[in-house]
Amino acid sequence: VRVRRLLVANRGEIAARVIRTCARLGIESVLAASDADLDSLPARCADRVVRLGPAPAAQSYLDPAAVVRTAVAVGADAVHPGYGFLSENPALATACAGAGIVFVGPTVASLHAVGDKLTARAHAVAAGLPVVPGGEAADVAAAQAVAAEVGYPLLVKAVGGGGGRGMKLVRSAEELPGTLAMAVSEAAAAFGDARVYLERYVASGRHVEVQVLGDGVCAVALGDRDCSVQRRYQKLVEEAPAPGIPGHVHAEMAAAALALAAHLGYRGLGTVELLYDRDRQTFSFLEMNARIQVEHPVTEMVTGLDLVAEQIAVAEGLPLRLRQDDVTLTGHAVECRINAEDWADDFRPAPGRIERAVLPVGDGIRVDTGVQTGSVVPPHYDSLLAKLVVHGTDRADALARTRAALELLRIDGVVTTAPMHRALLDDDEFVAGGVDTAFFERFLAGRRQPAEVS
Amino acid sequence: VDLTPDDVRDVVRALDSSGLDELHLELADLTLTVRREGAAGWSAEHQVLRRPEVEGGAEAVTPAEPVPSVAALPDGMVAVHPPLLGTFYRAPAPGAPPFVDVGDAVDEETVIGIVETMKMMTSVHAGVRGTVAEFRTGNGEFADTDAVLLVVEPAGATP
Repeated sequence: VRVRRLLVANRGEIAARVIRTCARLGIESVLAASDADLDSLPARCADRVVRLGPAPAAQSYLDPAAVVRTAVAVGADAVHPGYGFLSENPALATACAGAGIVFVGPTVASLHAVGDKLTARAHAVAAGLPVVPGGEAADVAAAQAVAAEVGYPLLVKAVGGGGGRGMKLVRSAEELPGTLAMAVSEAAAAFGDARVYLERYVASGRHVEVQVLGDGVCAVALGDRDCSVQRRYQKLVEEAPAPGIPGHVHAEMAAAALALAAHLGYRGLGTVELLYDRDRQTFSFLEMNARIQVEHPVTEMVTGLDLVAEQIAVAEGLPLRLRQDDVTLTGHAVECRINAEDWADDFRPAPGRIERAVLPVGDGIRVDTGVQTGSVVPPHYDSLLAKLVVHGTDRADALARTRAALELLRIDGVVTTAPMHRALLDDDEFVAGGVDTAFFERFLAGRRQPAEVS
Repeated sequence: VDLTPDDVRDVVRALDSSGLDELHLELADLTLTVRREGAAGWSAEHQVLRRPEVEGGAEAVTPAEPVPSVAALPDGMVAVHPPLLGTFYRAPAPGAPPFVDVGDAVDEETVIGIVETMKMMTSVHAGVRGTVAEFRTGNGEFADTDAVLLVVEPAGATP
């Protein structure tokens, strides 16, 4: 199938990003927008705009039937789901297949295989990947048996969760029954799947992930990324490649990700998330994301690839256009997520109207944005406004250029997290590189108690 | 005519070697201002002006829900507004019992609900001591900052 008309079933910066690649490839883009997004920047950039539904996501971006109905109505031959929303929902992929429409993503079987976190874990084990010690907790007795093996503290994770959602920390055996019960009822309510499992809690781990691209037969690894700067499991800064990791470990992580992709016969873009132990310099499988990631531009910067274009090509059924030997990583790239949040007020969300948006421009600088001067930022969706992505010859150069670019970035009208990024780039621990996922809370705590010493 | 980020970068490259410090471009569909910012580099303000023609809009755009006005409050009653606009939830989780119901006693710190804004949850406190008289915003309804979530009869207000 050659994709000629593609329905973009998403919003914000990723919708604008997908539309840009469509324009470059000569594919007609049709944006499916909710009532809150009919005059958004991606709506103004798309070739066509079609109404998807009311502003609440449940009635628009999260409704598989509405998306497929819209795709059929406009005669689209493909649907790009972006990230979040329905991107990993087998119901959308199944409905697309039923309507003879290309789903720009993996097969339904792959979505099931990695969407269920226990199944994903079993596949990882079968593919020979190390996993964090743990196991299924069908009831309190089973949980206590698993806990006896992995020890405390441990995490209770929802089988249907992922991306930081549906996780609870258990510090001791006394807490286990209560937290388990709460996790089960919350998982049932949030994911429609009450199953949970336990995993050892690694206090000083880094979040490192490998980008893979497969055509169902072959797969290539496109380097790794570090996403350890997180607040409540939401990533704030990402970089590629992951800094301070020995060369042989980079190679082992890539080989592990490829082993899993091969085991799954994976077709599409995927990310194999790993927990990297700073002290032991070892890694374990966490989960696999079967979609394009928010942070994909840092990989594009260091590989020179257009991942959306490659994603569309393999969805069309084309074989991979590059071999592993063709993949070379150049320099270092950093991404700062600019969110509509007030970091000085506990990250209070800040919807509103963008009075003015002035962005840095130049070689090695890329800003993926969903807003421009005059845009309205609705309260219904997440707070990501734009991503500042900067490429340098090495990490120090990339950080210096990011600092300069941040000084030029000016978004008025809503409060943004740009000042937080300026502060982060002045932090010694972050600048040294290789921080763990607990770093950001330490950074915040340090800022809350400003040096009162003389 | 659309300008891609690559086009804008090409414009900056051309300007960089010239002595110019600023370029302002106005086309039918877009405006672009590129400015030299000293040693820091260049900035760009790029605005796409094209208004989308929305298809499938026949059933579109439901009228805004009427917001009950504060003026309609009975004498002596106090309205509780959300701390920021968002979707109002009366219970901590779907299917869970509501935080408070009509007739319940509340004080300033009592959590009466949650507002979801940009996928983030913020607790709503009663802000007043008294008894819940009525709810004016339903579970799952969108509430602007001036919307009345519920009405409280303040303690000591009754004769």
